[in-house]
Amino acid sequence: MNQIDLNMVDWARAQFALTAMYHWIFVPLTLGLSFLCAFYESLYVRTGKEEWKKIAKFWMTLFGINFAIGIATGIILEFEFGTNWSNYSWMVGDIFGAPLAVEGIVAFFIEATFFAVMFFGWNRVSKGFHLFSTWMVAIGSNLSALWILVANSWMQYPVGMTFNPDTARFEMHNFWDVLFSPVAISKFTHTTSSSFIVGSLFVITISSWYLLKGRHTAMAKKSILVAAVFGLLSCLYAGMTGDESAYVNASTQPMKLAAYEGLYTGRTHADLVAIGVLKPGPVADDDPFIFSVKIPGLLSLLANRDSNGFVPGIKDLVYGNTGQNIMGVNAKMELGRMAIADLASYKNAKKAGDESQQAVSLKKFNANKDYLGYGYLAKAEDGIPPVQTTFYAFHIMVALGCLFTFFFLVFLFLGFKNSLERNRWLLKLGVISFFLGLLASQAGWIVAEVGRQPWVIQNFLPTHVGTSNISAGNVQATFFMFLVLFTLLLLAEVKIMLKQIKIGPEEV
Amino acid sequence: MIGNLDYATLQQIWWILASVVGSLFLFLTFVQGGQTLLWQIGRTEQEKSLVINSLGTKWELTFTTLVLFGGALFAAFPKFYAVSFGGAYWVWILILFTFIVQAVSYEYRKKPDNLLGSTVYELFLFINGSVGILLIGAAVGTFFTGSNFVVNEYNQVRWTHPLMGLEAAFSLFNLSLGLFLVFNARVLGAMYLVNNIDFKGVADFEARIRRSCLMNLLYALPFLLYVLVSLLVMDGFGFDSNGVVSMVPHKYLANLLAMPQVLGLLLAGLVLVIWGVVLTGLKSSDKGIWFGGLGTVLVGLAVFFLAGFNNTAFYPSKATADLQSSLTIYNASSTHYTLTVMTYVALVIPVVLAYVAWVWRQMNAKKLTTDDVTGNKAY
Ligand code: HDD
Ligand code: HEM
Ligand code: HEM
Repeated sequence: MNQIDLNMVDWARAQFALTAMYHWIFVPLTLGLSFLCAFYESLYVRTGKEEWKKIAKFWMTLFGINFAIGIATGIILEFEFGTNWSNYSWMVGDIFGAPLAVEGIVAFFIEATFFAVMFFGWNRVSKGFHLFSTWMVAIGSNLSALWILVANSWMQYPVGMTFNPDTARFEMHNFWDVLFSPVAISKFTHTTSSSFIVGSLFVITISSWYLLKGRHTAMAKKSILVAAVFGLLSCLYAGMTGDESAYVNASTQPMKLAAYEGLYTGRTHADLVAIGVLKPGPVADDDPFIFSVKIPGLLSLLANRDSNGFVPGIKDLVYGNTGQNIMGVNAKMELGRMAIADLASYKNAKKAGDESQQAVSLKKFNANKDYLGYGYLAKAEDGIPPVQTTFYAFHIMVALGCLFTFFFLVFLFLGFKNSLERNRWLLKLGVISFFLGLLASQAGWIVAEVGRQPWVIQNFLPTHVGTSNISAGNVQATFFMFLVLFTLLLLAEVKIMLKQIKIGPEEV
Repeated sequence: MIGNLDYATLQQIWWILASVVGSLFLFLTFVQGGQTLLWQIGRTEQEKSLVINSLGTKWELTFTTLVLFGGALFAAFPKFYAVSFGGAYWVWILILFTFIVQAVSYEYRKKPDNLLGSTVYELFLFINGSVGILLIGAAVGTFFTGSNFVVNEYNQVRWTHPLMGLEAAFSLFNLSLGLFLVFNARVLGAMYLVNNIDFKGVADFEARIRRSCLMNLLYALPFLLYVLVSLLVMDGFGFDSNGVVSMVPHKYLANLLAMPQVLGLLLAGLVLVIWGVVLTGLKSSDKGIWFGGLGTVLVGLAVFFLAGFNNTAFYPSKATADLQSSLTIYNASSTHYTLTVMTYVALVIPVVLAYVAWVWRQMNAKKLTTDDVTGNKAY
């Protein structure tokens, strides 16, 4: 194999994190606001009242500004797998490329086609067809989320594939397993529902600002009612699907679960840490917390649907736990190294035309092939993801999720009583709520992506094996190019948005 | 049913499908062509608005087709995706850059407080239409002229040229193909604008567009001729029944003779494009885009088929690097299973084409008038 340039790996990771997180500023808003636009326009078509049309058009204007930059930041991700992760692209392209192509065929074209109608069709097509187009944009965006998340879920939980020793790559043998894996289902439902929250918060943020300023109050109140209902329902759904995600993690990625729960030593009747501060640096003793508030038995209940179930901790997973029948990373590494050696001898035997040796090596390889990726780790501790980052990101997300539920309830209640304007503190919280939503959403991806380190394909492919064979300088250069360009575009977007909000719905 | 097709057939089907998507993209570059015409044909703000708003309902289609082209190649020919993007790094990065800046420009150009000012957004559109298309042409040119890479036994690629892909732009052939595409996009752009805009009250604007359609064909011709003649005389990358790649004299001429259908596509395509230009530039018809568009698709198909069929390596590595690393549609593809699944998925493509065409008709039934671009619902 080629020498791995670790500096290049870090820059490629940094670039992926940068571009994905920029993309993710705009995507959740697209996913949520598209449905809200569809709701507002449906109310217009249903009631025939011009004011709903004005509301729908106003939110659509903001939607369009966001949508454009969402597309601009998306295209780079599509090709980044090739430019920076080309080895990865070849090794898993047989499986990973399919959902990306399906996304293009079935989702992006719906978005692109009907977006034009939504924006330019008001005087060109019938009322009904326009409404249909708005709904298609919402459905198309969320369909595109489905396919990209199927691809991402497969990286977290690689199913429906086998490793082919002849081509040294992973090959798909069951598409349905890939599509309907439990991780794909929980990821899709949780990502979309949490994005609906972000969309609802966006409407509330701007409407709260109008109420504080005493402008466009009728429109703001109407918008808030719809957004609060949608937001509240989405919160409940996001909580359910988040719980389901954690439950699925317990069997598919126990290390990630242990990391975001801050659980070093596994136990039965494990407690859930509701609030906690971790000790800095490596953990020596059994208690990793400086301070914590725990709910007894809840983690076991969450992970095993049984409050007495055993939840493995980081130490159990790294060093093994014979009592609970858990194989540690250290043991898996040995099997993985054997698998790598057997694969090499299989290849050599094949080159030499030695069929009996080939068969022997293949048999030995097949016995340990599930541990292949572990053979590339240098030491057992490399199997641990960054615990602090994952832990805090998770707790921020969940705490905000609880806050939002409460927040939507209050807005709904006061909105119905028509007394929002009298609660200025609440409106002030409303104005910042969208940013809290973005924070929760970004934190969620940090849990999901940082928590799966050191794997790019769980258990099979460590991140550092997947990069392209180019020098770090190239990736470094493009990193800064993207940083500058995306920041510039973001600033432009924010300025334009603010101006449109100032102009308000009357003139739009 | 599809599962019963043999592996080689599926690989060929996917080369055809990728070629169709790529050729449709070439047709849809009328958007990019129109973008580069903006300053030249639009003398007043109103004329510019007409151009931008006319292209503005279509740019996403072009963009999405490019994305699909990438996705389809990833799924069907992952080795090409890995080798080309991971090696010819800078060509692709620069192409992507021009599309990133395009994506915001329509929406942001005329919005108040847009930070950069409308001229910068117009410049972005110009760069996308010129540099972007030129480099895409250069990248496609390497299908014939070859690149500098070595693939090892673990299928890891190493690029052997220090320019990391940019060297593609320094070949006369690649450059000519790129420039031809730029001018062809401008021809198509002019045809589309003539088709979509209602020129009541701006007659000299119409005359300018029609004239530029004709002129750009004239600019395109020398590059086209150079590309065609080179193709007929150049040596190409063929492989034998064992997959061993070698330089074959007059390979692409031989391909044309061996596949007369492809020769037919090429000639029919060229005639159609020229007829489209005659309709737009010399007569007063607004239907030129349909002939020019179809013609471009046919020429595109002929080019891709020449590169990939008849035992030709479609992404060759030059002899100075490693001939045997060259990619063919047989050694670069996904597995039989994946191609089968993807072929089932591809059955929805006609549905997609149908609704795209239907929405296009709905939206373009009424031509774009000067009134349409004065309201504030316009770009
Ligand atoms: C859960 C949703 C989601 C996630 C995780 C991603 N995206 Fe995205 N993407 C969308 C949801 C989305 C969207 C909602 O469909 C966008 C955002 C705004 C928009 O206009 O469409 C979009 C736009 C968008 C575009 C432009 C599409 C067009 O032609 O219209 C591309 C090429 C990508 N994305 C590619 C990616 C890749 C390769 C990702 C993985 C790393 C990715 N996106 C993550
Ligand atoms: C848009 C939402 C997403 C966000 C915010 C996000 C965030 C991140 C972050 C922060 C990293 C760096 C982790 C680290 O290096 O420690 C990363 C890496 C990565 N993610 Fe994501 N991710 C997102 C979606 C996806 C999706 C949908 C895919 C695949 C389809 C994906 C694939 C990858 C890959 C290949 C890497 C590089 C390898 C690595 O460093 O782990 N990500 N992502
Ligand atoms: C209310 C309780 C919540 C729980 C129990 C919860 C749980 C989880 C878990 C366990 C994951 C990791 C899944 C994985 O890596 O496989 C996750 C990811 C994520 N969360 Fe949450 N979450 C909650 C609320 C929220 C909120 C309020 C938001 C944003 C508004 C949010 C946004 C996300 C996102 C974007 C991801 C990454 C995508 C994914 O992996 O599904 N979550 N969540």
